[in-house]
Amino acid sequence: MAIPLDYETLRLIWWALMGVLLIGFTLTDGYDLGVAALMPFIGKTDEERRMVINAIAPHWEGHQVWFILGGGAIFAAWPFVYAVSFSGFYLAMFLVLAALILRPVSFKYRSKHADPAWRTRWDWALFIGGLVPALVFGVAVGNVLQGLPFRLDSDLRAFYEGTLLGLFSPFALMTGLLSVAMIVLHGAGFLATKIEEGPVLERARRIGTAAALVSFVLFALGGVWVATSQMGFRIEGIVDSMGPSNPRYVPALPAPGAWLDNYGQHPWMLLAPILGLAGPLVALVGIRSRSHLINLAGSSMATIGIIATVGLSMFPFILPSAIDPQSSLTAWNASSSHLTLWIMLLVTLIFLPIVLAYTAWAMRVMFGRVTIEQVRTNPDFY
Amino acid sequence: MDMAVVELSRLQFALTAMYHFLFVPLTLGLSFLLVIMESIYVMTGKEIWRVITRFWGKLFGVNFVLGVATGITMEFEFGTNWSYYAHYVGDIFGAPLAIEGLMAFFLEATFVGLMFFGWDRLSKVGHLAVTFCVALGSNLSALWILIANGWMQNPAGATFNPETMRMEVTDFYSVLFNPVAQAKFVHTVSAGYVCASVFVMGVSAWYLLKGKWTNVARRSMVVAAAFGLASSLSVVVLGDESGYALTDNQKMKLAAIEGMWHTEEAPAGLAIFGIPDPSVQETRFEIKIPYVLGLIATRSLTGEVVGINELVLKADERIRSGLIAYDAVEKLKFQRTDPVARESFEKHKRDLGYAMLLKRYVGDPRQATDQQILMAAKDTIPNVPVMFWLFRIMAGLGFFFIGFFALAFYCASVCQFEKKWFLRVAVVIIPLPWLAIEGGWVLAEIGRQPWAVEGVLPTFLGASSLTVSQIWTTIIGFTLLYGALAVIEVRLMLSTIRKGPVEHHASDTGSQIEGSGGIAPLSAE
Repeated sequence: MAIPLDYETLRLIWWALMGVLLIGFTLTDGYDLGVAALMPFIGKTDEERRMVINAIAPHWEGHQVWFILGGGAIFAAWPFVYAVSFSGFYLAMFLVLAALILRPVSFKYRSKHADPAWRTRWDWALFIGGLVPALVFGVAVGNVLQGLPFRLDSDLRAFYEGTLLGLFSPFALMTGLLSVAMIVLHGAGFLATKIEEGPVLERARRIGTAAALVSFVLFALGGVWVATSQMGFRIEGIVDSMGPSNPRYVPALPAPGAWLDNYGQHPWMLLAPILGLAGPLVALVGIRSRSHLINLAGSSMATIGIIATVGLSMFPFILPSAIDPQSSLTAWNASSSHLTLWIMLLVTLIFLPIVLAYTAWAMRVMFGRVTIEQVRTNPDFY
Repeated sequence: MDMAVVELSRLQFALTAMYHFLFVPLTLGLSFLLVIMESIYVMTGKEIWRVITRFWGKLFGVNFVLGVATGITMEFEFGTNWSYYAHYVGDIFGAPLAIEGLMAFFLEATFVGLMFFGWDRLSKVGHLAVTFCVALGSNLSALWILIANGWMQNPAGATFNPETMRMEVTDFYSVLFNPVAQAKFVHTVSAGYVCASVFVMGVSAWYLLKGKWTNVARRSMVVAAAFGLASSLSVVVLGDESGYALTDNQKMKLAAIEGMWHTEEAPAGLAIFGIPDPSVQETRFEIKIPYVLGLIATRSLTGEVVGINELVLKADERIRSGLIAYDAVEKLKFQRTDPVARESFEKHKRDLGYAMLLKRYVGDPRQATDQQILMAAKDTIPNVPVMFWLFRIMAGLGFFFIGFFALAFYCASVCQFEKKWFLRVAVVIIPLPWLAIEGGWVLAEIGRQPWAVEGVLPTFLGASSLTVSQIWTTIIGFTLLYGALAVIEVRLMLSTIRKGPVEHHASDTGSQIEGSGGIAPLSAE
């Protein structure tokens, strides 16, 4: 079968789609994660907490699929990335999985008994279920930017030489906190559109204000840190962007400052960091002017901008190796075969619009703010 | 490879997969039972069917959430614990998993929220459509997972590429329409339908025994009896179809299930009892029904069912042929265009996986002695006694369910479920479908050993380069987390069942469905 798009184009598309999936995940599931991480602080009474939970309840299952789909799509389109990152971040991944398992269970089971001790326990489970993934994702991204301690042998088997605690370098801790702030900002912003006016909404505003400021400062700090440190890698010699997916064919070397190369060559890419900086400020304007839509637009801009900045800064690198740069995974050496990328693109083009359409429909059916009154009277509510 | 890492990785995968599959069958079956019940509500407009649908929907919800939550682990475990496997076959295996997310899981997960929260916001038909989408989504999800699993059992449509050191897809249609996958899919979802039918029968029977909610229970039982009878027939027929498919690509599995050490003259008999003894390669105290196995496995009176020992000899041959391919791949690593190596690789690439079996005994398979080659060939025999017995338990239960539902169907029309002994049986057998289903999975996966992907990649090579302590940490972590959740889940199920189909608040349709205590929520029949 003749494939209408060449290998390089498909790899580029799939690199971008990986970004779209990450952003889709953060925009949808990030809302639930952020709200869950706020649970013990944003609702003071059981009814307030139930209102918050029911603002997410009809959607979390759909949102979580972005995570599953992200995993599946990386497996299908970037099997190397899937294999190296998840086995490398082994214990960190376990923490994320355990937290993500705890979260839906908490939503569902919390309401089954009225006992306050039972409910408080699930509130903390929700808190962990929201905070841990947000933090670990950010820490993981920080580590990727610095380069991971892995190497590949001649059979392309991956060996990882880091530890769980080794992940928490000062830079990675900062990116972890940035991730938490960004997700909390988005969660608080989204929540403000889904619950009634009142004390909970006021708390969401206050928390949103703090999260916006922290996001802005940490993102700016991260930029300076990357620019002034030893971070960065470059491909040496001729780049064979159509070649077989074998990292051993494309040598790479550490190159301090290389993470800024792309912005010099393609100034339009600066849009991403600008969006990342402007987003929190727009959200602040929204919170101040009590416009929830501007608030949500701001937090979404921040999310898109920050994630896109990471991807564009590293391009074409996806997972650079700090201990053996030769093993680094890039957009040109870590993808699936030409045919698989093409088939998966067709499948995505058919099904993603359908998914977006019915997700929007589901949102519309459940449109409207959840109120304390509904919590008291609706038997379907958690 | 550190074999302890491999064994622990297998243990963890088995634990998490089997735990996940405690919840999946009920989701698969109950979702369609909900569709049937709600359809009756929409067609007849009788309020009681709404109560029935909502009651089973509540139990569905408690179960569904754990199925979803534990499914996340499965999706990532190929990367965390089987990273070389993920690299080696991700080009093919990743696609069905991704498509599952995109096409099936999104559908079920998005609509399940509306199913629970949309009763007041959707029209009757609209809500039924939503319930149908949940059922469709969860069953499509099973389809893609079984396409992935079917490929591991029969790796069609792919070939090894020495330039990337992995399997790559050559023909996506063969992956999709893999006969093993198709038979497995119908067999597995039907088993889920049986499971849900037994569950609904059992819980309803308990109500009838207690004299509670009888009008809900009786109606539920009628639906479950009909659905269960059709499904239990389908499970056994499609199980037989899987047996037939086996003869083309997994003769060893069939021979192991039958404890057939030597090829018999066609048509072979089917052993219904025996004690397989691997040490002397003999199945003692065998009771055989003549002709039946030959008929099932080959659909003919002349087709031969090959025995284990003959298959080992064949494996020995394939290992030797695979060594030539292995040698060629090693040469191609350093000289990408070496035409001689390329040619000998092309000739022997079918058997490359067999050469890799030797890595268990020798770092470079090309240095293997005849003795080691024979050991590797013998490794292709799965655990015969376990296979032999698991199959008999699973198949026996399959036939038992047909009998049970036939009886239930008869009871529904003749005695209105008045017979106490029948109701007691229905309650007692609730756990049996789970036993049959978990047994079936163990059979399928143990039967594929020593392969992760039949003939392509030995299981022990697929594991990640982890340490024993890392895996112990996660095994203990998952066991604690899953154990706690299992206790909570079962308690919630039981308390929901004890509470019965009570609706606490008057909802949009008025107050006539309010109920309390042991009184049925609706006027008598």
